[in-house]
Amino acid sequence: MSAPNTPDLLRFITCGSVDDGKSTLLGHLLYDAKLLRDDEMATLGDPPDFSRLLDGLALEREQGITIDVAYRYFSTAARDFIVADCPGHAQYTRNMATGASTASLALVLVDARKGVLTQTRRHSYICALLGIRRVVLAVNKMDVAGFDEAVFAAIEREYRELAAKLGITDVTAIALSALDGDNLVARSPRMPWYRGPTLLEYLERVPAQHDAIDTPMRLPVQWVNRSGQDFRGYAGTLVAGRIAVGDAVVALPSARHTHVTRVFDGDKDIDAAIAGQAVTLTLADEIDIARGDVIAATHDAPEVADQFAAHILWMDEAPLLPGRLYFFQLGPASAVARVTAIRHRVDVDTQESLSATRLEMNEVGYVHLSLDHPVAFEPYVKNPALGGFVLIDRQSFATAACGTIDFALRRAANIHWQALSVDRTTRAASMQQHPRCLWLTGLSGSGKSTIANQVEQRLHALGRHTYLLDGDNVRHGLNRDLGFTDEDRVENIRRVAEVARLMVDAGLIVLVSFISPFRDERRMARDLFGAGDFAEVFVDTPIELCEKRDPKGLYAKARAGELRNFTGVDSPYEPPLEPELHLRTEKESVDALARRVVEFLERG
Amino acid sequence: MSELSTLDRLEAESIHILREVAANFERPVLLYSIGKDSSVLLHLLLKAFAPAKPPMPMLHVDTTWKFREMIAFRDRTAAETGMELIVHINPDGVRDHVGPFTHGASLHTEIMKTQALKQALDKYRFDAAIGGARRDEEKSRAKERVFSFRDAQHRWEPRRQRPELWNVYNTRVHKGESVRVFPLSNWTELDVWRYIAREAIPVVPLYFAAERSIVEREGLLIMRDDERMPLAAGEKATLQRVRFRTLGCYPLTGAVRSDAANLDEIIAEMRASRTTERQGRAIDHDPKSSMEAKKREGYF
Ligand SMILES: Nc1nc2c(ncn2[C@@H]2O[C@H](COP(=O)(O)OP(=O)(O)O)[C@@H](O)[C@H]2O)c(=O)[nH]1
Repeated sequence: MSAPNTPDLLRFITCGSVDDGKSTLLGHLLYDAKLLRDDEMATLGDPPDFSRLLDGLALEREQGITIDVAYRYFSTAARDFIVADCPGHAQYTRNMATGASTASLALVLVDARKGVLTQTRRHSYICALLGIRRVVLAVNKMDVAGFDEAVFAAIEREYRELAAKLGITDVTAIALSALDGDNLVARSPRMPWYRGPTLLEYLERVPAQHDAIDTPMRLPVQWVNRSGQDFRGYAGTLVAGRIAVGDAVVALPSARHTHVTRVFDGDKDIDAAIAGQAVTLTLADEIDIARGDVIAATHDAPEVADQFAAHILWMDEAPLLPGRLYFFQLGPASAVARVTAIRHRVDVDTQESLSATRLEMNEVGYVHLSLDHPVAFEPYVKNPALGGFVLIDRQSFATAACGTIDFALRRAANIHWQALSVDRTTRAASMQQHPRCLWLTGLSGSGKSTIANQVEQRLHALGRHTYLLDGDNVRHGLNRDLGFTDEDRVENIRRVAEVARLMVDAGLIVLVSFISPFRDERRMARDLFGAGDFAEVFVDTPIELCEKRDPKGLYAKARAGELRNFTGVDSPYEPPLEPELHLRTEKESVDALARRVVEFLERG
Repeated sequence: MSELSTLDRLEAESIHILREVAANFERPVLLYSIGKDSSVLLHLLLKAFAPAKPPMPMLHVDTTWKFREMIAFRDRTAAETGMELIVHINPDGVRDHVGPFTHGASLHTEIMKTQALKQALDKYRFDAAIGGARRDEEKSRAKERVFSFRDAQHRWEPRRQRPELWNVYNTRVHKGESVRVFPLSNWTELDVWRYIAREAIPVVPLYFAAERSIVEREGLLIMRDDERMPLAAGEKATLQRVRFRTLGCYPLTGAVRSDAANLDEIIAEMRASRTTERQGRAIDHDPKSSMEAKKREGYF
């Protein structure tokens, strides 16, 4: 593969606020390094305005399109570069995180006249959060700061203090004028006191990549490769260490041991491979390995866990609510995750810890996370490939957050569930029924409780064992401590769903009569049950009719502003998309509807 | 080995992406356009799944105006690799005799390429279409995602594109929605050529300089590949030593004067080049059709 003298690749991110001179700096650097093509030169104008080349952001602002990370590519004789050019405002924090996730170096721009600002702190914090430990501090506009060594030295000192706090261990400060080209490619005669490298010298010489070649081997399996009758290979990118034919390995989370029999680079057999390469392995023993499992060095394997403490950066418009379920993606491993607690929120500008019950877009929090099954992982600081994850909204499929694992949390009882000798099947059999949860959702006053009561009476007459959980009643007891904020609504549903599940486990047919306005929460409830053990019943009554009935006078109060967060008035109701039963109360009588529900249940 | 080169890294990244596609989608397809980028993609695809065959077919959207050498190369490649090749031609376009000379470059491209592609994706219900686009090709592509999300009408919605961190890709789509996947996002034109040289990947001979029958028209050097191209009064084809930097429909693809007849010479020429590769595409000079707008419509 790589011969000596073949170029290597430096990926870096540029951080600066509007008008710090980021576009000018990159444009001028490329120009001075003679890396611009004729058609690109033509866009600069005469005399050249270097900011025009790369100022995609201005363009984006004019066109009203999303302001986003833009990737630029250039090469010098020394190496190749990929630059992630990121917008700097607080509302683009998530874009900066995206750019930082693949960079090994950050170029942080500071205007010499302004010094280290809030945004400098924010940019540096985000870079540190994503694991960047090396920063080049470009102190720009020295031409309008009198090329003053003291100005430069003061900024450098202040920044080093900040960097040390953030864990950024390697800082190089360069005094520049992006406009005039001082210390970009050529050494500035106007700042003889500056003895460090020019920016280009620095970029060409700094170590490029942070491959973890000398750490224990890890290969997250992306794809099980089957060919013919007997070939079974495990394909993936080596994220740490080296692998060679004969090496002892362990597959996680199953913890089965074996050793490597072949290593493929494409269709070629090779003896060994190193971190960064995409390979396929075959193993000596037929053990069950699936996508998302990790093959690791036996002598030093990563941990396996299902509960973590992690930093997350929220990226979705819909806020993070603890308790809600999200898809979790860690490399090729996926799971269903729930944020069980927000320990604190971090102010990205000041790095202060604040208390929080939710996270909004572009906010960072330190959270506890619980998965539905264990995965192999490593702390992000040790290995970003096994510690960096995203959360995905289960309805919109939007990427809702990115996160970095800090450490695994031990469960209070890190023990397997007691295998109970009397199980739900035996209980259900003794009651001679199919235990189930019937979840009635609909607006206040839609008729849920009336229908549920009728259904329960009919079931009772048929000799069925039932229980009715009613929203209002539960709020007087179990959920007395909960209000009507979005967070509390989620928790309200979670508790009721858990109780219903226990009762179904006990053999009962459980009727839940709850407004439960959010699809996500109903889905969360559904996911607690086995297939066929949960049925969603949409009690569909137009709001005008509910309001006219208004049995408890609640709509009147809500309209008068005496009740806040009232579903249908100032809080949304998301109707079910595919309910098992859809009951339209303005079309049929309570009697007819209740009969339909019972028929549905008795069908099995 | 102790250090990975740029090409090693780009290769590994692309293979990783291709495996993600295979693992996460029900009906992925490789959009095979016969050009150098497609040749590299196909090579990477074969490597990613060796020794098995790649678990997806390739699709060529044939506008019926491709260079004849391209079609011959396509069929030879399919035969040699054993890949399943699906060729789709827009039947409406054939019925209406759509072509660049009668309908103009934009309309021809819209009907025979953009619409044809959507037809094929719908017909075979592909949920992931892998293409060879690179971010350095054009300014508006600089922000393109590796997994570029499309709604059920194949539209690119800037607001619905997802942040991509590390190499963790969110591949989930609802029924009817799809993604375009660009495994070569981070490659430059020079990387592509260096990799073709390193791996000895076959490419269409049109990339290499040779004497070809050329008509000069509106600043473009057009190779008259068949009789369908009418000559204006006073226009005539002359033999010129040229090569192509990109390949597409022959009436819309300008050649460049060049003596670069092998890979080393092409790479040397590239390093010294003073222009970007899109110079030779007639469609990009059409002022009404910026890349950004075309992308929203579903053009690659
Ligand atoms: N005096 C001076 N002005 C600069 C320097 N660098 C950039 N500028 C000016 O600062 C303004 C903003 O620059 P630009 O590159 O567009 O900033 P960006 O928003 O960070 O990309 C422009 O008017 C530049 O000419 C510098 O080193 N010295």
